[in-house]
Amino acid sequence: MTTLLRNTVKDWITGLGSIAVLCGEIVGSLFKSKIPWRDLVYQIYFIGVKSQSVVLITGAFTGMVLCAQTYFQFHKVKMDTATLAVVSVSMGSELGPVLTALMVAGRVGAAIAAELGTMRVTEQIDALRTLAAHPVDYLVVPRVSATVMVMPLLTAEAIAVGITAAYLVGVFLLGIDSTYLWQNMYRYTGAEDMLIGFIKTTVFGAIIAVVGCYKGLTCPQGAEGVGHATTESVVYSSITILITNFFLTLLLTRLLQGE
Amino acid sequence: MIEARNLKKSFGAHRVLDGVSFSVEKGESVVIIGASGGGKSILLKQLIGLLLPDEGEVLIDGESLSDKNERELLKVRSRFGMLFQGAALFDSMTVEENVGFVLRREGKLSEDEVKQRVAEVLDMVDLSGNQEKKPAELSGGMRKRVGLARAIVYRPEIVLYDEPTTGLDPIVSDSIDQLMLRVVERLKVTSIVVTHDMRSARRVAQRILMLHEGKIYTNGTPDEIFQSQDPIVHRFVNGISKAKAHGF
Repeated sequence: MTTLLRNTVKDWITGLGSIAVLCGEIVGSLFKSKIPWRDLVYQIYFIGVKSQSVVLITGAFTGMVLCAQTYFQFHKVKMDTATLAVVSVSMGSELGPVLTALMVAGRVGAAIAAELGTMRVTEQIDALRTLAAHPVDYLVVPRVSATVMVMPLLTAEAIAVGITAAYLVGVFLLGIDSTYLWQNMYRYTGAEDMLIGFIKTTVFGAIIAVVGCYKGLTCPQGAEGVGHATTESVVYSSITILITNFFLTLLLTRLLQGE
Repeated sequence: MIEARNLKKSFGAHRVLDGVSFSVEKGESVVIIGASGGGKSILLKQLIGLLLPDEGEVLIDGESLSDKNERELLKVRSRFGMLFQGAALFDSMTVEENVGFVLRREGKLSEDEVKQRVAEVLDMVDLSGNQEKKPAELSGGMRKRVGLARAIVYRPEIVLYDEPTTGLDPIVSDSIDQLMLRVVERLKVTSIVVTHDMRSARRVAQRILMLHEGKIYTNGTPDEIFQSQDPIVHRFVNGISKAKAHGF
């Protein structure tokens, strides 16, 4: 039992160390090597454009359900018109970035781990190394850069669609006065709420891509290994996003809102 | 040119290489034979720095690979070309993109010159006109030939072949042997081939090393190896299992 615990802790610390080394390599590569623009553009298309439907549906239905639940509670205390303010602050600083990140982790993080894992088990990564191409420069940097770039845009879309969907539900389904609904939203939503959301989502983007790349590059041999790497990529990045979100909320709220 | 000194490598408790030492001179064609799972591919990967030995070192022109980081190793590897067992073609790219990969990354040639060079090398491996195909559309033999084209297009000094004829029928294996001989003749490269295909070994080798129980067991010309009376060498090159040797 003690040996098992010791090995688990040792593996965990080794994994964290390896991810830290990979992050160092990525930063080094950004300064030392030429960015492969063609791959970067393709990754922006794959990660950004292709994730839109998932993100938009998530944003819209999250906004709608949040609006309905808030209205049901606020209606009891005659605060109906504050509904959209709650939706916009929640979507901007919490639900928008977190749910977008979780959806992208499921779609993109898994795809990155599976693709790099397959490349590893079919010796394509070794082939890259023999062709004098560093896997971090050629495979990791375009994926991490693209994910970090598109996450704020995807999150902005999710927030905008969520608020719009909530407005439509509030006005046309729940019968809230539209003027007061908008007015209260503007009154209680600060630019710092959105800024917190965009800082968070950028960090989440880096987490998704780095974990996906790390799991792919260290994938065990065989189809089973690729399967494990893909699953672990989604699980670890999702857990890391949720934990990081808590600490970022505390830190950023103190820094930006002084609370 | 290439020197392996006392290379040792273990995976868990299993020791795969147990003190392998040999050297290869410039322009030589050396074949390393040995049983499946005996560490031949591991040895080949150590020669190019894809795997690091637990002990010992590899020297290229007297320069050790052991004290180099991955980025320094990339420069050393630009002197090598390698054909992998499964060809390891990039499956998201066409044949033309696979073969021209290094030339495009180097950026020293114009796009027309890259295409011209790729066409020349595909012609050399008898695959002209297949530029636009994806690896999934190719047969095993064609994939190996594309892998070879990719390994020689930038004119390396040393070419490593990992089981180049494994899984191919005798006719295709013969064509790969002819290609390896053509590459040596035309490009004057040093070649190291890892195989357990004895017919192929006899045809392409100037010298044969036999890896047995993690060590270089014997080293000689093809005639010396194939006429050896040593029971281990004799059994291996003639494909006689232990059971058969004992009359079972």
